[in-house]
Amino acid sequence: MSKSAWEKIKIARMMNRPTAQYYINKLFTDFIELHGDRNFADDAAVIGGIAMYKGTPVTVIGEEKGTDVKDKAQRNFGSPHPEGYRKSLRLMKQAEKFGRPIINFVDTQGAYCGMGAEERGMGEAIARNLEEMMALRVPIISVFIGEGGSGGALALAVADRIAMLENSVYSILSPEGFAAILWKDAQKAEQAADVMKITADELLKLDIIEEIIPEPEEGAQADAEAVAAAIDDFISRSLDILSQVPAGKLPEYRYKRFRRL
Amino acid sequence: MQIKDLFNKNKEEFKSGSKGNEETLRPEIDDKIWAKCNGCNRALYEKMLMNNLKVCPLCSYHFRLTPQERVDFTFDVGTFTAFDYDDIGTSNPLDFPGYMEKLEASRKSCGSQDAVLCGVGEIGGYKTAACIMNSFFMMGSMGYYVGEAITRTVEYATKNGLPIVIFTTSGGARMQEGIVSLMQMAKISGALEKHSQKGLLYITVITNPTTGGVTASFASLGDIIIAEKGALIGFAGKRVIEQTIKQKLPKDFQTAEFACEHGFVDLISERKDLKENIRKILMLHKTEGTK
Repeated sequence: MSKSAWEKIKIARMMNRPTAQYYINKLFTDFIELHGDRNFADDAAVIGGIAMYKGTPVTVIGEEKGTDVKDKAQRNFGSPHPEGYRKSLRLMKQAEKFGRPIINFVDTQGAYCGMGAEERGMGEAIARNLEEMMALRVPIISVFIGEGGSGGALALAVADRIAMLENSVYSILSPEGFAAILWKDAQKAEQAADVMKITADELLKLDIIEEIIPEPEEGAQADAEAVAAAIDDFISRSLDILSQVPAGKLPEYRYKRFRRL
Repeated sequence: MQIKDLFNKNKEEFKSGSKGNEETLRPEIDDKIWAKCNGCNRALYEKMLMNNLKVCPLCSYHFRLTPQERVDFTFDVGTFTAFDYDDIGTSNPLDFPGYMEKLEASRKSCGSQDAVLCGVGEIGGYKTAACIMNSFFMMGSMGYYVGEAITRTVEYATKNGLPIVIFTTSGGARMQEGIVSLMQMAKISGALEKHSQKGLLYITVITNPTTGGVTASFASLGDIIIAEKGALIGFAGKRVIEQTIKQKLPKDFQTAEFACEHGFVDLISERKDLKENIRKILMLHKTEGTK
């Protein structure tokens, strides 16, 4: 029985849905977390570091909503500030220097809308990620594990191959925001979710993503290990596919991927 | 006039902007003899306003321009050639109810296909590619047409070894096109990256207002970023931020002056100095074959 977009959003937003930390611990070994953007602060809404994946060192980055209440608050519920994106770019450039593939987990309602975020140039931080990711000479794989809110999600998703978990969503704006702007009524969020094409199967049809990763009926939390194994399979196959792109041709491959959209 | 007076005027503009942007910003104002200044609320003689580059002579409020006015005020007479991008067509990926009608109405009232005018021309004798966004066309929102037109123009500049000047003004992504409008941010940024790799110059001119996905992509990527005096520049909308942080924002929040103070803009330019500033920058980057 297929779910409505709204039912999927509810699953994507569940408090006990596995977050980036879970998948990183499950799929990689020797993870060492690296902090800070070398400029202003360390943003706990974005975690990142180096880890081993099937014998190959990789750079792993994820938007992290947090686990318990305290952790969630400390991580600003997964809404990064500019320094979160700047940290991610620093780590991605580092990956390029050492020839490591990059694996990103996307899970955010969106980049944070606050005063400090504007003062420190949220627009510039996201823009810089988009431009520089396009030129990175190492493979970039992005997996949407929950919510993918607008530019805040895209800033980790200028990738060569993208997969979404079955109940994750990716959108220009939250359905609440969309309904408020276009219909002047945030209460019509459910209706908005229906028309916005934000589910994995709709986005696959629009060629925005490459694959859908299945989840149990009730959502990823019902069998997180099985979901992790399916993500593992996607990453592993994606690295194989991208290893066939001739050296130095990845930026062109990536640009073509977005150029047609 | 003191600096603080400018901020007061901005406040006035936000006030009227928040409830009835389209009402106050209609280009039909051109047809009237008198225009009302959004800055100081005084009535201005339309011809005098036009002779002053659509800047209020009393309070120096910068009125928004149509792309054609921007061309007239910035490019050397008779040098601008617009690109014909009619083949880009119309994208309605969500089959969003009422979108086609709205688009058609904007096309009629603005006399253009969508919210950007692209082409090539000369500024003070220096040839450059250019994209000029149009805030009168569905708030200058960026959908597939805008993204594709800008990308093609950037690619044209890359191919022909030309600098590019992009005049931004936009409410952000075009909601009616959903995720497709988000993808334009990545596409244009990628095209600019290739332009940059060739050692070519990109000048961004941020004009009032520039927000959302445009700020979070090409508006922030210029080698040199000029902001027109008093322009609103921001990522998130003021109201959204106030709702998020549950407090009022300072008056000068997200102005060109605010962005410059925080290090995100190279210079603020009054409209009367803009052409000369661009000319100077183009001249200082002149390489073989660009003039």
